Amino acid sequence: MMKQVKCECGHVNPHGTVLCESCGRVLVEEEKSKKLVDMRYEGSARRSQTYNKTIIDKIWNFFSSVKVGVTLIIITLAASAIGTIFPQEMYIPPTENASVYYEDQYGFAGEVYYTLGFHNLYSSWWYLLLIASIGVSLVICSLDRVVPLYRALKKQRVDRHEGFLRRQRLYSATTLASIEEDSFEKIKEKLKEKRYNIREENGSILAEKNRFSRWGPYINHIGLIIFLIGGMLRFVPGMYVDELLWIREGETVVIPETKGEYYLENHEFILETYEKDKESEAFTTAIENNGTVAKNFQTNVSLYKESGETIAGQDPELEKVEDYELRVNEPLKFEQFALYQQSYKLGELSEMSFALTNKETNEEFGQMTIDLHNPQDEYTFENGYSVELMSYFPDFEFDENSEPVTKSRVPNNPAFIFKMFSPEHPDGEVSFVAIQQTIEPYGDNDLKMAFKGVDTQNVSALTVRKDLTLPILAIGGLIFMIGVVQGAYWNHRRIWIRRLGDQVLVAGHTNKNWHGLKREITHVFDGSGIQEPIDQSDETTNKKGKEE
Amino acid sequence: MVALSGNLLFIAFLLYLVGTAFFAGSIKDKKAREKDHGPNKWAKIGVAFAIAGFICQLGYFITRWVAAGHAPVSNLFEFTTFFGMCLVGAFIVIYFVYKLPALGLFTLPVALLLIGYAAMFPRDITPLVPSLQSNWLHIHVTTAALGQAILAISFVAGLIYLIKAVDHTKKTKEAIWLEVVLFGVVCTLGFIIISSVFGATGYKSEFHWIDNNNVEETLEYHLPALVGPHEGEHLTPDKFSPLVETPGIINAQKLNTVLWSLFTGTIIYLLFRLIARKRITLALQPLTKRVNLDLVDEVGYRSVLIGFPVFTLGALIFAMIWAQIAWSRFWGWDPKEVWALITWLFYAAYLHLRLSKGWHGKKSAWLGVIGFIIIMFNLIVVNLVIAGLHSYAGS
Ligand code: HEM
Repeated sequence: MMKQVKCECGHVNPHGTVLCESCGRVLVEEEKSKKLVDMRYEGSARRSQTYNKTIIDKIWNFFSSVKVGVTLIIITLAASAIGTIFPQEMYIPPTENASVYYEDQYGFAGEVYYTLGFHNLYSSWWYLLLIASIGVSLVICSLDRVVPLYRALKKQRVDRHEGFLRRQRLYSATTLASIEEDSFEKIKEKLKEKRYNIREENGSILAEKNRFSRWGPYINHIGLIIFLIGGMLRFVPGMYVDELLWIREGETVVIPETKGEYYLENHEFILETYEKDKESEAFTTAIENNGTVAKNFQTNVSLYKESGETIAGQDPELEKVEDYELRVNEPLKFEQFALYQQSYKLGELSEMSFALTNKETNEEFGQMTIDLHNPQDEYTFENGYSVELMSYFPDFEFDENSEPVTKSRVPNNPAFIFKMFSPEHPDGEVSFVAIQQTIEPYGDNDLKMAFKGVDTQNVSALTVRKDLTLPILAIGGLIFMIGVVQGAYWNHRRIWIRRLGDQVLVAGHTNKNWHGLKREITHVFDGSGIQEPIDQSDETTNKKGKEE
Repeated sequence: MVALSGNLLFIAFLLYLVGTAFFAGSIKDKKAREKDHGPNKWAKIGVAFAIAGFICQLGYFITRWVAAGHAPVSNLFEFTTFFGMCLVGAFIVIYFVYKLPALGLFTLPVALLLIGYAAMFPRDITPLVPSLQSNWLHIHVTTAALGQAILAISFVAGLIYLIKAVDHTKKTKEAIWLEVVLFGVVCTLGFIIISSVFGATGYKSEFHWIDNNNVEETLEYHLPALVGPHEGEHLTPDKFSPLVETPGIINAQKLNTVLWSLFTGTIIYLLFRLIARKRITLALQPLTKRVNLDLVDEVGYRSVLIGFPVFTLGALIFAMIWAQIAWSRFWGWDPKEVWALITWLFYAAYLHLRLSKGWHGKKSAWLGVIGFIIIMFNLIVVNLVIAGLHSYAGS
């Protein structure tokens, strides 16, 4: 199927080759008329430049085009920018409803933004599709180039065709008679000094260095692909956990997603702020100007592991793993998990105390303390007095029918319906008690629940994180960095010296940084009697080639 | 220590200023122009001043670090001055490779503007909030700034290229856009001048207003209020009263600063036009006379090549490591993060266009200029307007 091209030098090239892989002779008629050859991929046969028949060819050619690749990058860039005009949905206050928030805050523009879905841009299907296309493009364009390039660089001969040398950007021809013989040795010395690898054949020289830098882009693209794959793996179940754990002081709770294996106890939450007199003097003005600045968010915790079998309904047996002071920037790690100090709430109500009291005489018949997270049903006192807790509304409000309801299970605004028993009222008196108000639904009571005080506690919010994609991302990032440095900090340079009849032809090529190559060439040929190659692109107007 | 640190920064500023003058001299020097063999005496003195200034600024950085107990890159003032320092550092290194005096003549003023701009923000040494108390933060910020500074050299190179290569006697699109870019630079100068003038007199006026979330806020102006907040109440009636009121979604005080900068910039620009009787680009053109276009083109490309890996490492990789430790996720689509990604994508596009599409010369110079505009957008607009997690908001 593939017809091959046999060069005059005898080398058989793949179909589509422009410059013979071995001797560099120009194989394509139209290229012969050009003053400089296009050296970008050594004139090798790239699939995308050779075939364009089947659907697969077309897709291949589409994605291997740098024009398409760059277009995808630019579209992604522009889309990303649009996503920062207004905050993304994840950054608006959690209590707000996005459907009204954007219009409310940003007017008409905000409404448009919301309607077009920009408030969730980075997880939208089309944004992900863009990223995926970049990934596909990366794979195809790299494959399209790296194989032919590898072949061409491996097959290259030392004494390249005259036409190849003549069409290099740096080129000179010197008549041999004017050169002393040992100047060749000197040139070789100098080339070695500049760390060129030298190959000699038939009196011709090919000096080459840093060929490995040509693989830089392909390596960095591999790194990017690994990174993208790592990013995709997050959606595979079991790879990624993201849970928020609210934990009160004194509480011990099971850590979500650990299959009931790990428990955490919160001993104390600590919030510290910078205080003027306690800090270094350098901070004094800043603290005065900015008011309170937070210094530390910390939760003192103990991590427990469940030991042995637990019988259903019984408390698990826990074995302490470690005590830890969990701060921002200092997560607690265990197995594949890490706990992060994420947020906090100070002074949440935890207990409320009341005294059963005679309304008129203020005589007290007993005191009770209600654990707002775990209230008792009944509180019994001496001499036949007791209180039954008929209903409890931790976060109380009246609904539209004026019925008491609770908004949440968090005791933000506790309210109670008590039934108070006494020898005088063996059937009990009913009283509704909320903060700052008491209602007696069945008429005047003799007894009341006198408010005695509250106890508060701090609550800490910890992120429970497991992310098994991190090593893959790290490897991808590392490979990317290696590739990008390899391609950017080294350049592939070649200098050809060929004796042809009574002439010495010299040509030079580099994939980037011509200034550096020219300086080396000046040094190498200085005083050798061989004319230093000159930059032919300075004279040509058509100096910079383009690629489709 | 704090005072010493401040003085060192001021001395560095002056040294850069003198250095700029010498670089200008090196280009005007007639004798040097004739033999054209390496940098002349003036350029050598210029680069000596740049190095001396750099050492002084390094002194500022170290002493401030000692005083604060953490690397001084944690607010807008510190970050921007550090950016300026990296820019000078990058210039010095590249100068010794390419020996281009014109690069000094254009880089040092950019560094001066950056430092001047930085000085308009609160200069107090601030204690670190918990999320910033991480060595990774300092590693991330310094590497990112260094990467941006190296990339910024391609802006300077691009500017030199365009000033020389574009025909500024005609009203082409290119010529006008370049003038607009320089006008933007002049407005930065305007911002610095007008802020310093009113800062020196201690001007202050205050407004009460109800913001979009129905929270009552006080706005403090340090420039006369041309525009006031939505239904704001002027608390200092003896001071200049606003001419116009802004809609509720706009921060009137920031808009006011922008207006003053534009206003002052325009005045400086008009004065310049009046005196020089030509566009800035045309006035600057003689300074680029001896410049070899191919060489400047290459300087621009190489600075992107060198800066891109550093930027990737600092602004993306180290940033992700820190974010993972501090916030439990390495990426959160915060505006500042997104703009780092945009910058990165942009320079990736630059490299591909240059390598594969042959975008050399003017096109590549323009890309260098645009890249720097993106970096500045991230530094200024994203920090001050699109506030997110990273923003040094309030400073
Ligand atoms: C964000 C995504 C990408 C990044 C960060 C990236 C990075 C790079 C870098 C740093 C280089 C080396 C450039 C130089 O040395 O001047 C490069 C080269 C290259 N990239 Fe990409 N690239 C990306 C996406 C793509 C895509 C989508 C394509 C597909 C068309 C592509 C095709 C190429 C090609 C053809 C080269 C030149 C290779 C050579 O000449 O040896 N890149 N890339």
